Amino acid sequence: MSPLPALVLLPIMGGGLAWLTERIQLHTATTSPPSRNASWWMMLATLIVETLLLAGITFGHPTRTGPWLEHFSMPWIPTMGIAVRLDLDGLSLSLIWLSLILCFLCACLATRQVTVKSGAFYFLFLMTLTGIIGTFVATDLFLFFFFWELMLVPMFVLIAVWGHEDRQRAALKFFMFTQGSGLLMLLSILGLVITHDRETGVLTFDYFALAQTPLSPTLSMLLMLGFFIAFAVKLPVVPVHVWLPDAHTQAPTAASVLLAGILLKTGGYGMIRFNVMLFPDAAIHFAPIAMGLGVVGVLYGAWLSCAQNDIKRLIAYSSISHMGFVVLGIFTGSRLGMQGAIIQMLAHGLSAGALFLIAGAIQDRLHTRDMHRIGGLWAAMPRLSASGLFFAVASLGMPGLGNFTGEFLVLLATWPVSPAIATLTTVGLVLAAIYALRMVNRVFLAAPRVDPLLLKDLPARQTAVFACVMIFLVVLGLYPQPFMIFSGPSPLSVTATTSREDHAP
Amino acid sequence: MGEILLPLLILSPLAASLVVFVSAGRLSACAVGTLACTGVGMSAVISVILSVMLLSGPATGTLQVMLWPWIHIAGFSADIAFMLDRISVVMILVVTIVGLLIHIYAVSYMHDDPGIARFFGSMTLFIASMLVLVLASDLLCLFIGWEGVGLCSYLLIGFWYDTPANTAAARKAFYMTRMGDAALLCGLLLLATAAGSLHIGTVLAAVANGQVALSAVNMAALFILIGALAKSAQIPFQTWLPDAMAGPTPTSALIHAATMVTAGVYLIARLHDLFVMAVPVMALMAVLGALTLLMGACTALVQSDLKRILAWSTISQLGYMFLALGCGAWQAALFHLMTHAFFKALLFLTAGAVIVRTHHEQDIFRLGGLRHAMPGLAAAFITGASALAGVPLVTAGFYSKEMILSGVWAAHFRLTHEWTLSGHVLWGIGLLGAFLSALYIFRCVFIVFFGKSGTTATGRTSRLMTIPLSCLCVLSLCGGIIEMPMTFPPLHLFSALLDPTLPPSHADEPGWLVLVGAIVPLAGLGVAWVLWGRPSPIMREIPGQAAVIRFARTGGGMDVVYDHLFVQPFRFLTWLTRHDILDHAITGTGRLTQAVSTSVLRSRTGFLDILTLGGRRGIRSADHLLGQIHNGRVRWYAAWIVGGLCAGLAMAVLA
Repeated sequence: MSPLPALVLLPIMGGGLAWLTERIQLHTATTSPPSRNASWWMMLATLIVETLLLAGITFGHPTRTGPWLEHFSMPWIPTMGIAVRLDLDGLSLSLIWLSLILCFLCACLATRQVTVKSGAFYFLFLMTLTGIIGTFVATDLFLFFFFWELMLVPMFVLIAVWGHEDRQRAALKFFMFTQGSGLLMLLSILGLVITHDRETGVLTFDYFALAQTPLSPTLSMLLMLGFFIAFAVKLPVVPVHVWLPDAHTQAPTAASVLLAGILLKTGGYGMIRFNVMLFPDAAIHFAPIAMGLGVVGVLYGAWLSCAQNDIKRLIAYSSISHMGFVVLGIFTGSRLGMQGAIIQMLAHGLSAGALFLIAGAIQDRLHTRDMHRIGGLWAAMPRLSASGLFFAVASLGMPGLGNFTGEFLVLLATWPVSPAIATLTTVGLVLAAIYALRMVNRVFLAAPRVDPLLLKDLPARQTAVFACVMIFLVVLGLYPQPFMIFSGPSPLSVTATTSREDHAP
Repeated sequence: MGEILLPLLILSPLAASLVVFVSAGRLSACAVGTLACTGVGMSAVISVILSVMLLSGPATGTLQVMLWPWIHIAGFSADIAFMLDRISVVMILVVTIVGLLIHIYAVSYMHDDPGIARFFGSMTLFIASMLVLVLASDLLCLFIGWEGVGLCSYLLIGFWYDTPANTAAARKAFYMTRMGDAALLCGLLLLATAAGSLHIGTVLAAVANGQVALSAVNMAALFILIGALAKSAQIPFQTWLPDAMAGPTPTSALIHAATMVTAGVYLIARLHDLFVMAVPVMALMAVLGALTLLMGACTALVQSDLKRILAWSTISQLGYMFLALGCGAWQAALFHLMTHAFFKALLFLTAGAVIVRTHHEQDIFRLGGLRHAMPGLAAAFITGASALAGVPLVTAGFYSKEMILSGVWAAHFRLTHEWTLSGHVLWGIGLLGAFLSALYIFRCVFIVFFGKSGTTATGRTSRLMTIPLSCLCVLSLCGGIIEMPMTFPPLHLFSALLDPTLPPSHADEPGWLVLVGAIVPLAGLGVAWVLWGRPSPIMREIPGQAAVIRFARTGGGMDVVYDHLFVQPFRFLTWLTRHDILDHAITGTGRLTQAVSTSVLRSRTGFLDILTLGGRRGIRSADHLLGQIHNGRVRWYAAWIVGGLCAGLAMAVLA
């Protein structure tokens, strides 16, 4: 029995239990203070069980027989050729690990602040996690679409209910963009399925079967564009990024971390799994435009990040800049670039997630996100400030930390394709230094400006949690080789990857 | 054994740094200082052991340690690997020994600062990064150290972060070096693409056997040169270094004089075989070095801030090193790097001690006559100044400068077939620079330590500070006799150390070169004495009103130019675009759609309204009419019937 369905379903069931726990506690003991904690513990227990399950999957394969680690298949709607088909490879596995690490971070650092209807919050939080994990393992296109939409709805509610001052508009914007682009993807999926049906007479949504569909170049390009737009909105790629700064800024801390840390990665994951692997030829033709969009994203995000005064907005724009590298790497057409994009996704998930947590911690204490009003925190909160400094430095691409590894590999893969693009992209690194250090010198290393009594430094346990993330980033920066082997996407379209492997510099 | 010692060399300051950072606030200042000094001291001991091991071995022997692979993938590989060869021996000795002396000094200098843990954490981290930089045998590993030292420099310049000017200076330093880093990264990408590896040996071999096209070599050399220029504060990146003096003085001595700013020199010396192939880049490097050395010396001549004089002097001396590198005399550049580290660290540390004892007074015109109050410091400063000026025979600076000048004299660049650039012109500039160096540094000496007294000095310099100073004094005086000019007794230990297989080159230089090189610093000293030193000096203060002086004092106005050319436009443009234009565009489109649909809706409902209203009215009036017809009176009905009949009949008849 494959553990994959359990992996997918566990969070949502645990979340339901957490919600129930809160309801029951609320009815039985109205005054007891630990009532909130019970549901929180339930969430934590869910996460722990989930992690154990994942660890079992990861380490249960001492010898990797094939590229795919786990399979699960069960008919769902046989008449339509829809099945519950789940498959796990290194790429999915590493992204799921990232999701779980970030969820732990959120659980330890951010969700305790939620006091209103916390049980529902945990339920929606874990439901999003189910959607994310499902997205990463689904290999039936219909199921993929189902999970893709599933992670959207709870996130919408999280922003709209628990968000900050302008939450309604931000949530609506987020929903409109992702939903609208998701429909384009659905069109593409249907187009692909119908074409496959017409060509081979088999009606199926199966990823592996559909990959073999013979397509005319025009049709292939059209279908790929449908997928691309959906993923580009999620990633986000520049002209369609406008939902992101608002959503990230207005979302509650835990949701910001999920958004920046993992939700964006589903876009990158989709580009690798569906754009490049399902439509390799169309992707090659489309690559110049996509790479151009990537560079524009790197520069535009960094540029705007330099001008922000809202600390969460600044981090949000820096995310756009970092995701530009991901697009660039995926569409260089070489394995190196793709590996770089994956490393970049992992490192960005950790560093941006941690930065959002720090921004959230600051906002909890000072009730403002305006960098002009925060002032220097180092004297009063050395631990929080040192963590902030570390992650800011990581996000500016300091060699020896994970983000640099990703950026370097992407640039290395880009250089043979176009030295001009690579050179232009390095300008983004200079801009990254500007926004990151501007933030450091406004928020952490500056003259104190607020009442030090308001400022309570991070407790030792939370610092330890941050320290773990720092170690991850250092390992990713100094010894990325195991991740490179581990996290590669499985060569589904064998021809697509092996033929292009020689292009690597 | 070397395989264990080499990683340990880096690990020991790194571990000290981690412990100091993690235990910040819990250890006493003394414990922090001891810990940091132990870390650096251990690596100093290890580096001495390693040097002895390497130098006692065969002439071409190197110590290679491959720790772990960074990335191995088809077509590209990079490792975390270290190599100790004869160039890195010089560098690790300089870094650890000068670093140790400065750390010992800093224990006393910083003992009452509340942020002492942050200070020593950053300092030891800096030593570790610098060691990574000079030991790396892979350019990627080197780049890790390269950026690491930049980060530590940023942290230490902005150490006293309460003053916005300090953090601004720190950011400026980081941004300007980061621009160079971006260029260096491009160079690395180019080399990695061309050679398939970033291992220095592989890259140099690929360049040597023609695997890399000449244009690519030139481009790579240019990119790397830009990176080195930014790191070493050469034209056009020179403006960050004077501002970097905002940091604590030990930082200025360690990072902005002795080690980090020389990283560019080291990198080019390390990749010398690559640069030899790129003649135009070499010429550019030599010319930029010569210009920088003149410009730095001229600016130093008119400064009034003690630390800024030393900063501009550093820029000028680094110009010498780049001049030497450009002329292919990389041994001379490394030699000068070493002696410069000694005497400039000495000058900075002495200046720091002077500044502390005069209540943080840095203006040389308010200091004065300090020779009586602090004879020891005066002696140390004069020693450092003599070495900087290159007073013949007795100082280290003389020998290294002599080696550079003789190397420059022999150089010539074949840029094209017709056009060759001779080294003689550059030699002349170098000589002029030597004169100016003597002039500006002895101006400083005479104004600060001679003449009538200015600020009162209090306290005494602690033992912990005097010990490093005396060690550096000895090094500044004697550090140079290991390499004699050609016309002197054949003692060429330094060249032999760097490359024992090669016989001494350019032995055909005229003997008067050394003589000129010896006379010029003395002339500078004499002029300085005449102008500022005599009991009734000609010039006590340079008239500050003269426009040329004010122009020169700001470093040729480059700061202003950059400010107007780059910083202000950048600020303005980012301010202008602080709200996402695309967001506005898309939100605007949304609003427009909303407005249009609203108006369409309105017009449609309006139209329907009119239609229905009109219809209703018509129906109502018709209804009214019909209602009037059906009024229930029989007479009316009879009349209607008669009328209808008549009409019907009429129609029938008429038809």
